[in-house]
Amino acid sequence: MQPLSAEDVRHIALLTRLELSDSEVEEMRAQLTNILEHFQSLAEVHTTGVEPTGHSTNAHTVTRVDRPSDSLLREQVTSNAPNHDGEFLRVKPILE
Amino acid sequence: MAIRSGGSAQPMLLPAHEARRLLASKNISSVELTRLALERIEKLEPKIHAFLTVTPELALEQAEEADKRLNGNGPHPCALTGIPVMVKDNMSTAGVATTAGSRILEGYVPPYDATVVELLRSAGAIIVGKGNLDEFAMGSSNENSAFAPVRNPWDTSRVPGGSSGGAAAAVAAGECFIALGSDTGGSIRQPAALCGVVGMKPTYGLVSRYGLIAFASSLDQIGPLGRDVLDCAHTLNVIARRDPRDSTSVQGPEDDYTKGIDAGVRGMRLAVPREYLAEGIEPGVRSAFEKAVGKLESLGSRIEEISLPLTGHALAVYYIIAPSEASANLARYDGFKYGLSTADAANSWEVMDQTRGRGFGPEVKRRILLGAYALSAGYYDAYYKKAQQVRTLIRREFQQAFERCDALITPTSPTVAFKLGSRTDDPMSMYLSDVCTIPANIAGLPGVSVPAGFSGHLPVGLQILGPPFGDAAILRTAYAYEQATEWRLMHPKSDLIQ
Repeated sequence: MQPLSAEDVRHIALLTRLELSDSEVEEMRAQLTNILEHFQSLAEVHTTGVEPTGHSTNAHTVTRVDRPSDSLLREQVTSNAPNHDGEFLRVKPILE
Repeated sequence: MAIRSGGSAQPMLLPAHEARRLLASKNISSVELTRLALERIEKLEPKIHAFLTVTPELALEQAEEADKRLNGNGPHPCALTGIPVMVKDNMSTAGVATTAGSRILEGYVPPYDATVVELLRSAGAIIVGKGNLDEFAMGSSNENSAFAPVRNPWDTSRVPGGSSGGAAAAVAAGECFIALGSDTGGSIRQPAALCGVVGMKPTYGLVSRYGLIAFASSLDQIGPLGRDVLDCAHTLNVIARRDPRDSTSVQGPEDDYTKGIDAGVRGMRLAVPREYLAEGIEPGVRSAFEKAVGKLESLGSRIEEISLPLTGHALAVYYIIAPSEASANLARYDGFKYGLSTADAANSWEVMDQTRGRGFGPEVKRRILLGAYALSAGYYDAYYKKAQQVRTLIRREFQQAFERCDALITPTSPTVAFKLGSRTDDPMSMYLSDVCTIPANIAGLPGVSVPAGFSGHLPVGLQILGPPFGDAAILRTAYAYEQATEWRLMHPKSDLIQ
């Protein structure tokens, strides 16, 4: 297996929106490479034609009657937001 | 290091069902019992750090209500009415801070109760506080708590295990009788083993996760930790039910998990999978385990050795699937809706980058990155899909084993409690702590860890795994073993906790 590069780590950090310092990038690069090397053993397991398992129960799509019921009040939901204004969450610009 | 509990012992070291008898016979009130718990918490917490939040006022209010109920005013009392309990801090409690052990949720106060919390409250249990844990339940030692590591009451230079380390330590130290933990890869069973208490992960789906802060949704399961098996069965009776708010929850086959718990193991077929005793098992753990097997045999069960060849691949499967699911579940922490938010960012993207960069600890970052990598274009087939396929084969291997046996018995953890700091530099060595517990989560099996003696001065756990919905059978096996031994009577001596 190719060791991860610093660029690989920076790319996933961008996708997952994680600010990392240069020393964190290097530490993660080395540790993730080591962990991924341990995963290589899975290649030895023969899985051709084996269905993947997502959940261990046999439940399929679960449905319920579409009937409105009580929900949390808007103020209860917004009260935890770091910056809220009445019924709105206040955020910094998204498009500039 | 250990003391035995006797008739006149500190009531906080009794099993909950015995304390409940004292409540029923009016030897003590729930308010008095709750005060004892709060006093003990105040005395021991500076050494143990099992709690992130203690809620004395709420607890005493609940205890007053419980006393009314025990006196015949109000709903009929149940096994947990009036009993002080703890809830791990990744379960939502209305009006009480819930952090999941993370800075990113500091200050978050849920507007609603998790279903299990609702069920505990309506059973009349007294919630004395919230349990410390590894951040977002990611860890095997509790050293990943963003606030303070929990210490093992048997030896405070050692870890209690994780991620429900606060829950296990609090039960072991007599700060509460019962605790609810969550188990994604062993997070109930491994700390229970390391702290010398009983911990049970029910079958996947048996207990609702509504209000549990999600880590890896196809693996997470809530379950009880208690001082003995009967306490865990009583707790399971309260929390096991289908919940329309968790679409993966199901109605289990039993109404009462205490029924037939004392029926014994005579004629039961128990199997020891030899792969669980391979490399890395400490001699003291192996020897305690072998004695436990002998004890179960002497009680009339039939023991057979079997092979589960895929066991060695379970760790890789888990550390691909769990981080992948975590990377998606933890995307919700964006700095806008709740918890931490950085103020000095120029735009919303920077708010997210900085909030997540500063709010998550190193292990959580590592798993988010690992999961996102395993799910990313070009690697999905080799990692995520492959892991899910091997998951199918592991499930099949267990199904075949359970055609030949009623339960599997293994050590819960390859080692006893290790020293703080001894595995923090190498994530892979920490991951190996879970090697005996992870396969049950991959296959959705129920598992229980029950105290099985000591290696030196530190507790060892025996793990019993059953087929899906074989929860009653593994409790029966654990109960038979527990009652035939005296390990449940051993407690860390509180004046030695330092």
